Amino acid sequence: MTSIAVTASRAIGNAPAANPTAPVRIAVRNLDFFYGDFRSLKDISLDFYDRQVTALIGPSGCGKSTLLRTFNRIYSLYPEQRAKGEILLDGQNVLSPSVDVNELRARVGMVFQKPTPFPMSIYDNIAFGIRLYERLSRAELDERVEEALRKAALWDEVKDKLRQSGMGLSGGQQQRLCIARTIAQNPEVILLDEPTSALDPISTGKIEELIEQLRTEFTIVIVTHNMQQAARISQFTAFMYLGELVEFGPTGKMFMTPNKKQTQDYITGRFG
Amino acid sequence: MNDISRNALPTQPLTWARVRPGRRIADRTLKVVCALFTALGAFVLGWILLMLLYEGGSALSLDVFTHVTPGPGTEGGGIANAIVGSFILTLLGIVVATPVGVLAGTYLAEYGKGSKLAEVIRFVNDILLAAPSILIGLFVYTLMVPPLGGYSGWAGGVALAIIAVPVIVRTTEDMLRLVPGSLREAGAALGAPMSTVIVHISWRAARAGMVTGILLATARIAGETAPLLFTALNNNFWFRPDLMGGVSNLPVMIYQFALAPYENWRSLAWAGALVITLSILALSVVARLLLKKDHAR
Repeated sequence: MTSIAVTASRAIGNAPAANPTAPVRIAVRNLDFFYGDFRSLKDISLDFYDRQVTALIGPSGCGKSTLLRTFNRIYSLYPEQRAKGEILLDGQNVLSPSVDVNELRARVGMVFQKPTPFPMSIYDNIAFGIRLYERLSRAELDERVEEALRKAALWDEVKDKLRQSGMGLSGGQQQRLCIARTIAQNPEVILLDEPTSALDPISTGKIEELIEQLRTEFTIVIVTHNMQQAARISQFTAFMYLGELVEFGPTGKMFMTPNKKQTQDYITGRFG
Repeated sequence: MNDISRNALPTQPLTWARVRPGRRIADRTLKVVCALFTALGAFVLGWILLMLLYEGGSALSLDVFTHVTPGPGTEGGGIANAIVGSFILTLLGIVVATPVGVLAGTYLAEYGKGSKLAEVIRFVNDILLAAPSILIGLFVYTLMVPPLGGYSGWAGGVALAIIAVPVIVRTTEDMLRLVPGSLREAGAALGAPMSTVIVHISWRAARAGMVTGILLATARIAGETAPLLFTALNNNFWFRPDLMGGVSNLPVMIYQFALAPYENWRSLAWAGALVITLSILALSVVARLLLKKDHAR
């Protein structure tokens, strides 16, 4: 095997192995997705386990981000995009029109590729999401903001400048602010769409450590282009190609002994 | 620079530079012509400003700001009533225009993306932006002056508002379009309904630009004459509290006084022109500072 696979296999040691008894949190069933007439996801069926990190990997345009964006129905901001099939979150189909999309998004948080701090203070960035669904006293809100910033490993860096604009933070800090903002709402699932691809290695390392800690509380799905990252931080890996799910399994197995040759070729860098 | 590079590469003379000798001449010529016409424009502008400063400056005195406009054949007088009247009309216009313009611009940028209706509204707005202001004066005259029983500050304010609305719609839409879609997605991803995303995120991100647009619209209507000619008219008194019977204002005052056979009227017209110009300049400077401050942040 090539050096990438070796590095990956070494890195697997970092993350705890998959928990085979974890219950299913999200069950995707026969999911199709369309951009206009273009079918970009083809009959995807896949389970995501409770308090495990699942990495979605595959070459650009394979549909991994598209899949991620169906879980909170963020795609529905764009009228030409639609999904068909079922995504069961705790047994409830989130694609059903009867599901309130804003409540869904409070339960399923999302962090984007580029940090997206709102043009307001650090404090208000965190409080924004909490205020949407909870009426809290000033003291309670302060507490929640601090708790979220602590969980996102950002508190020590920003505690003296909570009133300053969130736009003034570094890229890595902004991304942790966005993670803090998401976890402040106490979601059940956190979707991460290439959260470190715009960051330097040190910031990336911090975010990865953070994901490892967050896993104990949240079910995490992460899209990544970085094989080593998938190997380092995830318990399960799904490999997608051209809108189809090629292979899914515990990360250790996916990287060491994948069932499909296509998976092995991608992981070892032979294509993609 | 050329010499240095030639020295550095003695074995490879820059023959390409000589392939089309006409090119360098064309290059220089365009530069010179552009500079000349820029200078011409700046010269005319400078001339206007200098003349304004000279004529207006020599007409300025404390009386100008404390006395009302004089009647025909009366000595002295000021333009206090016209300054206050202009302020009221402009304020009235911008207060009416701001909510309409901001909300319509928001509709175009946030809700009407790609819709046929929005396209039509945008087109109509652009026409309104370029509409002759005298036409708008005529329209408001027909609509308001006879029904209200005469000229009024209300009609003047509405006419100015109609001039300001398309400006505000345009800048609001443009500024909101500059807000990255990723910011809206991030707001929606927290479960914020669209209205919250617009008010707390999009507006906030575009705030400086939107306020600038409103200030520039204010500057625009502060100097408008045609829409006031047959709406607010002009007179030599203080405005009435109900704003009926016409309201004295700077642009129409300048129009009437500048052509008058009285020396003191013509000088007051210059003073009024200077006051308007300086106010508009101040508004524009504030608008620029706001934008700059926002970019620095």
